[in-house]
Amino acid sequence: MEKFITLIDTAVPLDSENVDTDQIIPARFLKATDKAGFGENLFRDWRFKKDGSKNEDFILNDPKYKGSILVAGNNFGCGSSREHAAWAIKAYGFKAVVSSYFADIFKGNALNNGVLPVQVSPEFLEKLFTAINLNPAQEIQIDLEKQQIEIKGTDLKENFDIDPYKKTCLINGYDDIDFLVSKLDSIKKFEEKNVSKKHPEAQM
Amino acid sequence: MKKKTLFDKIWDAHVVESIPNGPDILYIDKHLIHEVTSPQAFNELKEREIPVFRPEQIVATADHNTPTENQHLPVKDLLSRKQLKELSQNCEENNITLYGLGHPYNGIVHVMAPELGITQPGMTIVCGDSHTSTHGAFGTIAFGIGTSQVSQVFASQCLLVEKPKKLRVNVNGKLKKGVLPKDVILYIISKLGTNSGTGYFCEYAGNVFEEMSMEGRMTVCNMSIEMGARGGLIAPDETTFEYVKGREFAPKGLEFENQLEYWKTLKSDEGAEFDKEYTFEAEDIEPMITYGTNPGMGIKLTGSIPTEGNKSDAKALAYMDFKPGETLLEKPINYIFIGSCTNSRIEDFRVAASYIKGKQKAENVNALIVPGSRQVAAQIKEEGLDKVFEEAGFKLRQPGCSACLAMNDDKIPEGEYCVSTSNRNFEGRQGQGSRTILASPLTAAATAVAGKITDFTKSLN
Ligand code: SF4
Repeated sequence: MEKFITLIDTAVPLDSENVDTDQIIPARFLKATDKAGFGENLFRDWRFKKDGSKNEDFILNDPKYKGSILVAGNNFGCGSSREHAAWAIKAYGFKAVVSSYFADIFKGNALNNGVLPVQVSPEFLEKLFTAINLNPAQEIQIDLEKQQIEIKGTDLKENFDIDPYKKTCLINGYDDIDFLVSKLDSIKKFEEKNVSKKHPEAQM
Repeated sequence: MKKKTLFDKIWDAHVVESIPNGPDILYIDKHLIHEVTSPQAFNELKEREIPVFRPEQIVATADHNTPTENQHLPVKDLLSRKQLKELSQNCEENNITLYGLGHPYNGIVHVMAPELGITQPGMTIVCGDSHTSTHGAFGTIAFGIGTSQVSQVFASQCLLVEKPKKLRVNVNGKLKKGVLPKDVILYIISKLGTNSGTGYFCEYAGNVFEEMSMEGRMTVCNMSIEMGARGGLIAPDETTFEYVKGREFAPKGLEFENQLEYWKTLKSDEGAEFDKEYTFEAEDIEPMITYGTNPGMGIKLTGSIPTEGNKSDAKALAYMDFKPGETLLEKPINYIFIGSCTNSRIEDFRVAASYIKGKQKAENVNALIVPGSRQVAAQIKEEGLDKVFEEAGFKLRQPGCSACLAMNDDKIPEGEYCVSTSNRNFEGRQGQGSRTILASPLTAAATAVAGKITDFTKSLN
């Protein structure tokens, strides 16, 4: 996995709440058996009209807004557990998603793919939207080490939470599989001990 | 001794190790897989040359991407066929039991595992599917995971997870006539909202759940994820034990007796603490329908769409072509879907058939009636319900996820409304441009007969 340390970039403001994973990647694109190509279908039905032409009203099609940070409304990523949503966001080129709330499974999926979910207060989210709308070239800085997000060139900043274990993984580019495989001995011991769990009388 | 909740008891019994300042290594008893979220996980393992650690604790089915007609023929859609073939190959190479298309045990993963007795109280169960919460009905910690986590479980039979917080929802009293478990959970979500459960595992308690059948409890737990919770669970009791007993993979004889001793300890201690708790009265619940594009946007069948809403609500109403203040009663409906892991068990078809019996499907209605598994389909036949459906003008399909997510041909056309017993009314969920109205199987059956949304409660005796 790629390491994540500090990100300074412009952002795309997606001012919608409850963006669900069916919008991020519609189910009809889940037939793939590898991870390639999902970026093209990110927000497919919002980006393109039924006839295949671009929907110029959708923010991702607005040439004013670019960058690897997606700023989105409350409760981002709700709905299905499809990791395809995180793959699509990553493949499209986003490295971080900022929202005032993330659905659990999406958050985990994003972290497992090196995409940083940054949860900010609703007030700070408003400030971000305002700043980006005023100036699409506004840079945002996300410092994972300090757990801080900042609107560059202003004194607007906020700290964000992240699980310390996940933070270490992201900074070092580790993932959970490596870690769990290194624990197989304790897992086997746990299994042996727990055969008795099925027979509680043996424990008393 | 510290008082524990049901959730604590199961969780704590499965912690292999706690990482200081980090997640727990949680042992997983059963891992269910299907064709859509497993191929990339198998690939990941192959690339890293890691073997599947405990293949005997994995069960596979094909459900999401399968046709509901002519299942004996090769699957027409090439990509779907490839995905199914990959599942078979991966299972074969890794010694994993697969109940593929056509197998008598095949079905939607959250329908087939409980009915085979794979799901048992006190277990930890995961699956690359958010509605894994369904299995919580047995007093099981069950939750959906992403594909990276599927590979983690393949590699280690464990997951790195932070222990969620605990929420309890109590519903007490007597449910009104015509109010089904689906209405209970739609009511709860409409009151609490779609992210009230984020970060929590939810225990459902109170006499309403105690008196519910296993099928009903599964419907309720299934939709826990729609209020944001990772999962939901209900303490196992006689109803649970009775249901599990004698099923194909349930423990037998002395082993069952031993397990039973343990299962009986699985309930929240008196006075155990929850981080959040809500209580509702059964008498306040009526048959429910949704009017928007998330499952929290629900109202009673006879109610009207709230007039106060924010920008997102307005967007949802525009998509649905509904107006604030409007009632949905008498709205013509051309599609109904009875199926999905929320409502495709035998009881759901019994209740629909009992309403339909002696009536006729309205001309304008296209109905998709899809059992959750081959076993449910067989039972429908055995009980003669298929005749009831046929005589009323309905045709039964073969099992699968079907129009719940419209990965196969079972799609609702653009702009059409569908009264659906599934769990998600997101934009385009049932096909591009489709408009979903979530409801119980009874409401769906009544809609199919009337050709419009109707207050069927008046005709119940
Ligand atoms: S029926 Fe629907 S919700 Fe259930 S597993 Fe299938 S796609 Fe998911």
